[in-house]
Amino acid sequence: MARNKEKLVLLLDVGPSMHGVLPEVEKVCSMLVEKKLIFNKDDEVGVVVFGTEETNNELMDEVGGYENIVVLQDIKVVDGDLIDILKKLPRGTVDGDFLDAIVVGMDMLIKKYKGIYKGKKRLCLITNAIHPTKDSLEGSKEDQVGTLAVQMTAQGMKMESIVVRGILSQDANKRIMDENDRLLSIFSKKTRSRTVYVDSPISLLGALKTRRVTPVTVFRGHLELSQQMKIKVWVYKKTQEEKFPTLKKYSEKAPSTSKFATHQVMVDYEYKSVDDSSTVVPPEQRIKGYRYGPQVVPISDAERDAVKFKPEKGVKLLGFTDASNIIRHYYMKDVYLFIAEPGNTRAILAVSAIARAMKEMNKVAILRCVWRQGQQNVVVGVLTPNISQNNKIPDSFYFNVLPFIEDVREYQFPSFNSFPASWLPNEQQQMAADEFVQMLNLAPSGKEEALLPEFTPNPVLERFYHHLELKSKQPDAAVPPLDETLKRITEPDLELDFENKSVLDSLCKHFELKENSKLKKSARRLLPEKPSGSNGEDGNGNVSDARAVDSIGQEPVVKIEKIGDLTPVQDFEVMMTRRDNPEWVGKAIREMRDKILSLLTNSHGGDNYLVAVECIIALRKGCILEQEPGPYNNLMRYLYRYCQEKEISTFPKLLASMDVTLISKSEAVDSNFTDDEARRFLDKIKPEPKD
Amino acid sequence: MDLDPEDVFKDEEDDPDNEFFQQSESSKEYVVYLVDASPKMFNTTCPGKDQKDEIHFHVSISCIAESLKTQIICRSYDEVAICFFNTREKKNLQDLNGVFVFNVAEREQLDRPTARLIKEFDCIEESFMREIGSQYGIVPGSRENSLYNALWVAQALLRKGSIKTADKRILLFTNEDDPFGSLQGAAKADMTRTTLQRAKDIQDLGISIELLPLIRLDEEFNVSVLYSDLIGLDSEDLAQFIPSAGQKLEDMKDQLRKRMFTKRIIRRITFHIVKGLSIQLNTYALIRPTVPGAITWLDSVTNRPLKIERSLICEDTGSLIQEPPKRFQPYRNENVKFSMDEISEIKRISTGHLRLLGFKPLCCLKDYHNLRPSTFVYPSDQEVVGSSCIFIALHRSMLRLKRFAVAFYGGSSRPQLVALVARDEITTAGGQMEPPGMHMIYLPYSDDIRDAEEIFPDTEDDAPRADKDQIQKAAALIKRIEMKDFSVFQFANPALQRHYAVLQALALEEDDIPETIDETVPDEEGLARPAVVKAIEEFKLSVYGDNYDEENDHLGKEKVGGASRKRKEIAENAAKDYDWADLADNGQLKDLTVAALKTYLNAHDLPVTGKKEALISRILTHMGK
Repeated sequence: MARNKEKLVLLLDVGPSMHGVLPEVEKVCSMLVEKKLIFNKDDEVGVVVFGTEETNNELMDEVGGYENIVVLQDIKVVDGDLIDILKKLPRGTVDGDFLDAIVVGMDMLIKKYKGIYKGKKRLCLITNAIHPTKDSLEGSKEDQVGTLAVQMTAQGMKMESIVVRGILSQDANKRIMDENDRLLSIFSKKTRSRTVYVDSPISLLGALKTRRVTPVTVFRGHLELSQQMKIKVWVYKKTQEEKFPTLKKYSEKAPSTSKFATHQVMVDYEYKSVDDSSTVVPPEQRIKGYRYGPQVVPISDAERDAVKFKPEKGVKLLGFTDASNIIRHYYMKDVYLFIAEPGNTRAILAVSAIARAMKEMNKVAILRCVWRQGQQNVVVGVLTPNISQNNKIPDSFYFNVLPFIEDVREYQFPSFNSFPASWLPNEQQQMAADEFVQMLNLAPSGKEEALLPEFTPNPVLERFYHHLELKSKQPDAAVPPLDETLKRITEPDLELDFENKSVLDSLCKHFELKENSKLKKSARRLLPEKPSGSNGEDGNGNVSDARAVDSIGQEPVVKIEKIGDLTPVQDFEVMMTRRDNPEWVGKAIREMRDKILSLLTNSHGGDNYLVAVECIIALRKGCILEQEPGPYNNLMRYLYRYCQEKEISTFPKLLASMDVTLISKSEAVDSNFTDDEARRFLDKIKPEPKD
Repeated sequence: MDLDPEDVFKDEEDDPDNEFFQQSESSKEYVVYLVDASPKMFNTTCPGKDQKDEIHFHVSISCIAESLKTQIICRSYDEVAICFFNTREKKNLQDLNGVFVFNVAEREQLDRPTARLIKEFDCIEESFMREIGSQYGIVPGSRENSLYNALWVAQALLRKGSIKTADKRILLFTNEDDPFGSLQGAAKADMTRTTLQRAKDIQDLGISIELLPLIRLDEEFNVSVLYSDLIGLDSEDLAQFIPSAGQKLEDMKDQLRKRMFTKRIIRRITFHIVKGLSIQLNTYALIRPTVPGAITWLDSVTNRPLKIERSLICEDTGSLIQEPPKRFQPYRNENVKFSMDEISEIKRISTGHLRLLGFKPLCCLKDYHNLRPSTFVYPSDQEVVGSSCIFIALHRSMLRLKRFAVAFYGGSSRPQLVALVARDEITTAGGQMEPPGMHMIYLPYSDDIRDAEEIFPDTEDDAPRADKDQIQKAAALIKRIEMKDFSVFQFANPALQRHYAVLQALALEEDDIPETIDETVPDEEGLARPAVVKAIEEFKLSVYGDNYDEENDHLGKEKVGGASRKRKEIAENAAKDYDWADLADNGQLKDLTVAALKTYLNAHDLPVTGKKEALISRILTHMGK
């Protein structure tokens, strides 16, 4: 639908102080366009960069001024070229003026859609706002911004500003920063704008909502406090999982050259009798059966519909209760948002009064909700106040679904106090834990909260869209490694660890962990989930639990016979340690060598190099252990020649940086190389700088 | 927004059906209902429902029937046997006099309850006298001891299965406190002694005997005559016994139909705390939506189960596809193909375990940071000795410092950030209310959070805010409508209870569906109390002012109403463009576009879904052709 289209102008600061975060800006902006290409194909996007050496914009041509602003891309319907542009943003040379850029962006939107288009118009500014803006010719900067804001509102534009600060921007002039913040806050106050401050690359990737979802109400109607008192509310989803895209099945039956082939796959279901698989039962002859004891009772949909529970649509208050009565982990689902009907002042007032009173008294409300007529069940949940911090935005409620009695499983777990004393932490251990918890604080006062869900992007989706883009250019592109910035989410922040090494060391020192010797590690990894909950009965994971141990005994230890793609190093190590047949060592070394070569030859842009180096290191270790230096040294010399021929320079560099030398005589007597020679090999493979 | 329970209740991690079939032996219960059928059970009455007197035998039977109906839904893997004693006929493996084991076809004597058992048992009273008969078995001069025989038969029935894997119980219903009352001297002493010995032997085998005495108004049931010794009551418990037994009888009738789940570990995970320090945790599903149960498709003609065969057909060539197909995503005007391996590689961004990232104050966990039911984690020393110790230390620190842990959970289905919130144990007299451990709350990503509240700001003015007086009035209202001891364990799921009731009625071919009560409706009576009404009225006045008409107050609603009315008008006018009857008669409806067909359907308030043929047939049906 036309009114659902969005017209967006990206205003990107590319000045020198932004260079550090531009890779993230490139990523998030191209992701935005990649998603638009799938979900909002008709949206139109323009790109403006500021802080550039050159100047190229219409306003300069028309009225002069507006230097160092380049319109990289006029507003047009999203396409692949746009991604290419965004992936290679120019690095600017001057400190940009974001106010000028806003004017240029507004001018583009106004010129293109003046009066014609009434839909969504949005500006998206990414800057660090640490450089002074130019003084305006008339009036103060505040006045100028005020005028802009009025104009923005009149034109129905929204603006989203992402200000990159903290560790991402160098120490800047505080006075200028404050002034800029004040100017930006005028936009937030006077227009439909949003300004967010981010201080880590992760938050920058998450700060811009890359997928535009038009919110849809779940329910519009009355929130009934009682028969007499009702408040008109609209209910939206506050959180909803953005799922991995559902990919359609692809049929390769039709020739790929055929232009008209859809390549779609139809899924056909046939229902056949269990006893006689030759007869196909037509779908309308099926009937649903529910289990009743050992039997299955057929209930037709018509029967079920006639007698099933049919609640009336409506949202009713059951009562208020202390917030402490509702324990956080009972929240069952994604979250709803209750807002008063927009524009209905009295409803807004009523919601505001109740929300504020609830907040003051630390109460929550229990509601019974039937969102729509014909819904099969009621929802009982808890309404909590959301006091708005922004003067523009009315107060609202969040609503979380609570479980019914049937949904709560009352399993018993042994009390920690009933554990043997040796299992409980002693005083020093407790102190070490306390220190650790305090030290690893992600929300220190005065600093921005790290890993805030609002600003944390989904790494899987990021990777998917990245891969999609790669594949569209090169259909056999390998899966790219997880983005380095996002790797911080899946693995702990190393900087933080380093700074507090003493606390970490003390934690490790105080707590001793032992593998349970009675269980083999390899067996454990392959042990399937046991349904019996065997160690749950006594709960403390007692090893004496006979059945658990038994089942491990029965479980055949799956032996690794091949080096797989997923964990080549581990597979290799396992194979090397197999002692049931002396041939394993030779096989492992051979397989590993092949693996390394295939990794190198199948590498696109060096994405496999790291894995390959890991494999080489493992192989080296293994060969020393087995005193078999030959295969390793031969491989290394082969690799050296290979890289020379193919003019691959990054891989040898990587090897050199990891100190991967040949195996010398001192490490394995059979080697033909002295320590010195082995080391010199390293120098040899370091390629000469070409230019 | 579909709230269909089938969909909502889906959970990748723990499929309820799997759980259903994986239910372990250890939680099973074997019960023998031992019912006294002596004439006294038929002659005496006690006040029942509606002030009508009910005979004791009937009370016992209906109690067992109710209990079976609950059991078949809640714990259908339990096994039961029903056994009468003091009967005229005999039917038992040992061929002992005065004992009759009731059973139906296709069922062993001690077996899972079936619909047929319940159904036939429900009408046993009609045929009881004719087929089983009542006859007191202990008479002077005879060496028969029906109570002894009954215990013997019950014990034999419970021989099945190991005591380790099942709870075994005998429930004894009787109103005779002195079964050997008619005997004298040595005979009495002898019988008492052998019966008590038998009971003791049974208990030594790990089988518990429970007595459910039926009590007359005018006569006391004297437990101390025989039964206190038989079931092994201490003198302290004696005083409490009768009232608690009465309660037990009531409880058996009014059990909630709630499917029981055995405690089961969903997954064993490794929790990386820092480098070199990884502990082992077990995860449990403490809270998961309960579903009506798996659907089995049946052939409606034969009522035999069906199996589903899925085949993939190429739309272009119509040929069958055997190998698992690749997937594609249309992108930049072409189809980008992915193999399933690539997709799983994309999703595999971490090792599948839990990695600690840091800690945050509890206030950072907002109400909207939620996506799915939480998962409970509890430490285990089974594989890594010392896990519990670290876990407990962190647990205590987090409780004391009011922090929660943020961690990355790299599961295969959806790797995501989680909050680990420590909870201390809460126990009451009734047992453990909250287990000690941590709850894993799944956090949303930035793309999962929506800002619907920000879409309607008044650009001109600030949003209205309630003033002090209005907030005070609201506070007064909150105080009035307060639920003091609310707990989440308060409401049964009305749809699920209804489903169980319907299922039972159909399975047992009962005529009426048992009533289920919807506990989730507001307390209208409470809300109508004058004080409450007054508080509500005052609040209403303070925020709405006088003469506020809720229905017509608002602009948006009218606009919407107006718009839809307008749309309808257009549709009606459009529908007039065609001579529908004529088109239908000449079979020309198929020449119209779908849009044109829909104008007719819209104008007549008919559904507009389906393919063109469906639309046409719907129009024809509507015109009566």
